[in-house]
Amino acid sequence: MIRELANPTRFMSLSGTLLPWVGGLSAILMGVGLYLVWFASPADYQQGETVRIMYLHVPAAWLSLFFYMIMATSALGTLVWRHPLADVSQKAAAPIGAAFTLICLFTGSLWGKPMWGTYWQWDARLTSMLVMLLIYLGILALWRAIEEPNRAARAVSILTLVGAVNVPIVKFSVDWWNTLHQPASVFRIDGPTIHPSMLVPLLIMAVAFSLLGVALHLSGMRTEILRRRVRTLTILEAERLDAQAA
Amino acid sequence: MSHTFFIAFSYIVTALVVAGLILRAVIDHRIQLRALADLESRGIGRRSRRG
Repeated sequence: MIRELANPTRFMSLSGTLLPWVGGLSAILMGVGLYLVWFASPADYQQGETVRIMYLHVPAAWLSLFFYMIMATSALGTLVWRHPLADVSQKAAAPIGAAFTLICLFTGSLWGKPMWGTYWQWDARLTSMLVMLLIYLGILALWRAIEEPNRAARAVSILTLVGAVNVPIVKFSVDWWNTLHQPASVFRIDGPTIHPSMLVPLLIMAVAFSLLGVALHLSGMRTEILRRRVRTLTILEAERLDAQAA
Repeated sequence: MSHTFFIAFSYIVTALVVAGLILRAVIDHRIQLRALADLESRGIGRRSRRG
């Protein structure tokens, strides 16, 4: 399957068919999720209505890590397997992951002020998430700094794999250190600690955000393939003009 | 500030960032399609190297 998709033309055809379905399903689930969040889920007994920020904050945090894992896998695809679409996938994933990390930090800060009395605390979870955003921004800057796509992909791959060290730190920071941020309450060995009336809307929002992320990633990969075609044809045109002038 | 402000601000910022991502994807895709069509209309194709 992955080898079949190595052909950009085949990928364009398959992704062109998939994209409207994934985007449409995401929009429907987002509508259902927002309805449940606002009209069917209760306020928290301690946090009151402020708990509704959770339905944005938690999926954004998950997707921040999910897109970093996509980039790390794609980085291996570039350096080890030399898959032709691996660096395309890496480049398309970076701005999406950065945007979800930004949403996570912003909504977390807005949730923290009424609950903890502060927008920011240098605790392990918050700091490692900020480091994640800085790594994303560094990767985006490196893509822009190197013009030749293959050289840029190799440099970004190395940076991505080095930065992957931060992924388990983000995930387990609440277990390894004593943090202001609460520990995991969904993905736990002893099961979720959230009541189903809140867990169901949260999971629906998470699936809706994930599908949105996948749709944006597919779209970004398609655009990147087109950009590379434009680049190749522009170079061909320049070579032809040079030959004519000579 | 009331809790409503923090909740509303969270949803507005998220909506703006998501809208920005979608707009960027649509506009960038259109720009590349137009550039490709422009090059091909001038006869610059992959096979033009041979011709």
